[in-house]
Amino acid sequence: MATIQLKQVEKRFGEAYAVKPLDLTISDGEFIVLLGPSGCGKTTTLRMISGLETVTAGQILLDDKNVTWLHPSARDIAFVFQFYALYPHMSVRDNIAFPLKAQGETKELIDERLKLVVDLLRIGHLLNKRPGGLSGGDKQRVALARALVRRPAAFLMDEPLGALDADLRESMRAEIRELQLRLKATTVYVTHDQIEAMAMGDRIVVMSAAVVQQADTPTQVYYNPANLFVAKFIGSPGMNLVQGNYAEGIVRLPGDNQYPLPPGWQNSITRGENVILGFRPESAHVSPEGMLQGQVYATHMHGSYTMLHLNMEGDNVVHVRADRSQRYPIGANIRFDVDAQMARFFNPQNETALRQHQEQSRMTNDGLAVSNSQSSVSHSQSYE
Amino acid sequence: MTDSLSPILNLPCLIPSLMSNVTLSNITKKVRTVTALDDVSFHIKDGEFFVLLGQTGAGKTTTLRVIAGLEKQDAGNVAFDDEPVNALTPADRDVAFVFQQYSLYPTMSVYDNLAFPLRSPVHRIPETDIKRKIEQVTEILRISHLLDRKTARLSGGEMQRVSIGRAIVRDPRVFLMDEPLSNLDAKLRESLRVELKHLQKTLGKTILYVTHDQIEALTMADRIAVLNKGQIVQEGTADDIYDRPATTFVAQLVGSPRINLFQAHRENGSLVITGSDVRVVTTHALPEAFLLGVRPEDVRLAADGQFPAEVVLAEPLGVETVLHLKSGNQTLIALVPGMSDAKIGDVVKFSIANDKLHFFDTNRKRIQTT
Amino acid sequence: MASFAETGPRRPVVESIRVDKVSPGARTTGAVRAMVVVIVALIMLIPIFVMLATAFKSRPDVSASPPKVFFQPTLEGFLYLFTDRAIIAPGRMAEFQAKADAGAMGFLERLAFDTGQEITGPSAYVGRLTNSLIVAGVSTALSVLLGTLAGYAFSRFNMPGKDDLLFFILSTRMLPAVVVTIPLFLMYRQMGLYDTHLGLILLYTVFNLSFAVWLMKGFFDEIPREYEEAALVDGYSRIQTFLKIVLPQSVSGIAATTVFCLIFAWNEYAFALMMTSERARTAPPSIPSMLGRGGIEWSAIAAGSLLFLIPVVIITFALRKYLLRGVTFGAIRQ
Repeated sequence: MATIQLKQVEKRFGEAYAVKPLDLTISDGEFIVLLGPSGCGKTTTLRMISGLETVTAGQILLDDKNVTWLHPSARDIAFVFQFYALYPHMSVRDNIAFPLKAQGETKELIDERLKLVVDLLRIGHLLNKRPGGLSGGDKQRVALARALVRRPAAFLMDEPLGALDADLRESMRAEIRELQLRLKATTVYVTHDQIEAMAMGDRIVVMSAAVVQQADTPTQVYYNPANLFVAKFIGSPGMNLVQGNYAEGIVRLPGDNQYPLPPGWQNSITRGENVILGFRPESAHVSPEGMLQGQVYATHMHGSYTMLHLNMEGDNVVHVRADRSQRYPIGANIRFDVDAQMARFFNPQNETALRQHQEQSRMTNDGLAVSNSQSSVSHSQSYE
Repeated sequence: MTDSLSPILNLPCLIPSLMSNVTLSNITKKVRTVTALDDVSFHIKDGEFFVLLGQTGAGKTTTLRVIAGLEKQDAGNVAFDDEPVNALTPADRDVAFVFQQYSLYPTMSVYDNLAFPLRSPVHRIPETDIKRKIEQVTEILRISHLLDRKTARLSGGEMQRVSIGRAIVRDPRVFLMDEPLSNLDAKLRESLRVELKHLQKTLGKTILYVTHDQIEALTMADRIAVLNKGQIVQEGTADDIYDRPATTFVAQLVGSPRINLFQAHRENGSLVITGSDVRVVTTHALPEAFLLGVRPEDVRLAADGQFPAEVVLAEPLGVETVLHLKSGNQTLIALVPGMSDAKIGDVVKFSIANDKLHFFDTNRKRIQTT
Repeated sequence: MASFAETGPRRPVVESIRVDKVSPGARTTGAVRAMVVVIVALIMLIPIFVMLATAFKSRPDVSASPPKVFFQPTLEGFLYLFTDRAIIAPGRMAEFQAKADAGAMGFLERLAFDTGQEITGPSAYVGRLTNSLIVAGVSTALSVLLGTLAGYAFSRFNMPGKDDLLFFILSTRMLPAVVVTIPLFLMYRQMGLYDTHLGLILLYTVFNLSFAVWLMKGFFDEIPREYEEAALVDGYSRIQTFLKIVLPQSVSGIAATTVFCLIFAWNEYAFALMMTSERARTAPPSIPSMLGRGGIEWSAIAAGSLLFLIPVVIITFALRKYLLRGVTFGAIRQ
């Protein structure tokens, strides 16, 4: 398997950027997810890595070898498409063997490799069938087998689960991730489904409007979003964002709600400044003595929990994860607390996250503090 | 937002609004040689949000089309307010249909799309009334700025808002919705779900909503009917369906991730998940061999847990994390709140919530244990 | 949003070399490809060019060997096309000679003198072209109208033996036209349809109809039923739904069908030759008949062919936006 480096890679159509200059290093065996809404440039990026799309400027390195201008077939990578792209006139066996036959491999080698991938994906019983008769999940397994059999340097997957129904998507998600971990395969995976990205990725590259918004681990992207876009895009529902005003150690929120500024933020926010408070639904807890309150607008039963939609005032609806055994009638006033550790603040003008100054109170579980403290410098400068 | 909905309540009634109880009795429908609907009966009360839940091909859409009159049943009755409507054409049944996709006329503007049902020869409404009505509805749905656009230039969410708007302007007896949100992305689906539910509650309209998405069913429905292979398997509230599934099919259909289902047997007053270390003391009267269902959120990780297991896969979803745990030869799915710090390869301890177990007999039917 | 635009990778990239926008290699291949396309296109256009040139050549230029690429354009061909001529009696040639010597000769007289033929009146070509327009226009309109209605019915309604019926319709196309011309000729003569516009129109309509039905059925199949069902539920009848919802969406299909039907009816030769003589004769069989009288009038034939092409070209061009969409309809799926 291989490392992939993108250096200042960009794609333009005339004046319009599909992808603005982008730097990304994908290490050996890493599962990278390119995530974003449709039209954000994620698929274009993937297609540039594969060579199906040429770059307008920049370089693509595969294991330190410049492949920027190589034909897709010469790059030693495998592409898995959303619509499987299986050849309908060939049996499953011939479909899987096709890339090897194209390379002129011997029959013994083909049989051996075929057996390996077929066992790996447990599709032995399908070998003599035509793709047309297979279920969506089996089609995607066959497509994966065809990608695997070549033993490429890297896998590129373009929404491979997009055409499957929800239930199957869930189980295939685990299947692909397990397979990737077992093979230690460098993988670039494109999706618009943030759940998929969170569940599968070692790192998530969040893109929007042709620009990378944040590239980090799922935990960081989820709890420490770099800006409002990421905060809203990641999570279902997204991060709760409430506009407020800071003064005297207290953030005043709509509906006469007051939230004491948690320790560590005093230096990041100045008096009289508008800020946006952000918190995740599970970082809030319903409690009779809660500091904040809202009116129940809707309740959503989710099986394992109930999601409360609380209206603080105007159109400020926040989501709070609550115990399913309780009843919350529509229109009732509910008090709740937000975990001080998990509260985040954003600058409403430039929509970026504010950073705490005392780094010791940060929750991090890998070596990300470095990059965060770097960015906190540049962000805090604009506030002082 | 609650306030913005009030205008529609005092709209001049262009079409007399009726009560809308819908009753299906013993509907059977064959498509060629396949039985699409097999003796389907249910009753939707006036003002109810009723969801038909089932997989592709279960017969959900066929049921909807029979109610709309787009298809004829082979046997059985459809009645609105106890009056049979079997002989009426779709135009005369006064129902509104919201389709999954493709229902906005691509050659017309948004305004003309919304006006289309009102201009129908059945209603004969003056153009000024049409205009007024459309203005009110578009305000509620926040699509006023789109009125002059061609529908091809709308985003998915806008399209579906217009489709819903086109249903609302008519003020029909019943709304029939065929997976209206399934072509939208997750974020939009979530927000339209809330809007739709809120709209229905404020307007007090009767909605029959078809979906294959169990989350949609659980979150929106007053009552749910689960359809499988043309038959109603269970009918009840979301709590009934989730906490007391009638069959393993229903148990597996609702809940994400899926319920853990194991072969289990009795052994000296305990029940044992075959092929694993899991052993739970039980007082229930159970047969020798049976199926045990455990919801993933009822598998609880704790330092003092009863059983050890290895983490095979961790899927952080944000609000919760899915852990795949290996115990003996069996893999259990556990759901823990928030972002778990459990890593692949970790050995953890877990227990199972004794009071939340589901038992099914060998015919995959629920064993009552109360 | 610019401030986080540069949020980069975790490991900083040390050096960052920009390469040329398009590599020299890629640029050359692009140019070579474009050239090949242009050359092939030119080769394809040679016959058209020859026809165009011949239509404007004078009689000696047409038969010049090697063929002339550069020549003095003349309208002789068109003149021959639109007129009937007779060979000038030897006695009258002296008259012309005298005028020629005096240098007082008009264009027509000079031409008559040079070719030895004198114009006697207008030719039948204009009438034949009009016949072509009538027959092709009416039969196309009929085929498309009936084909649209039948195609919609086949696409949307279930009826016993639908598939068999569809193939039965197609069977009208399974024999070469020539095979049935003799019996048809006899029938037409009996029924008084021989050499009438109606006769040809009927013939072309029937012949095109199977094709139109199949084509239109395909287009309707591609239009999702949900549109109509939404309108049905909204209180419209089937026929209103068809007119208001389905037809506007099938414009490209109708355009494609129109062009195909028109091209067939316009170009048809065998039936036109057999079933007509004077009154209803269309242009295709009349062009080669110019091969008579005092040698082959190549420039007249070329001019006739050229004029004959123009209506189809105009219509195809006018409809080409729909046509391209129509022809690729089923092929591209999102």
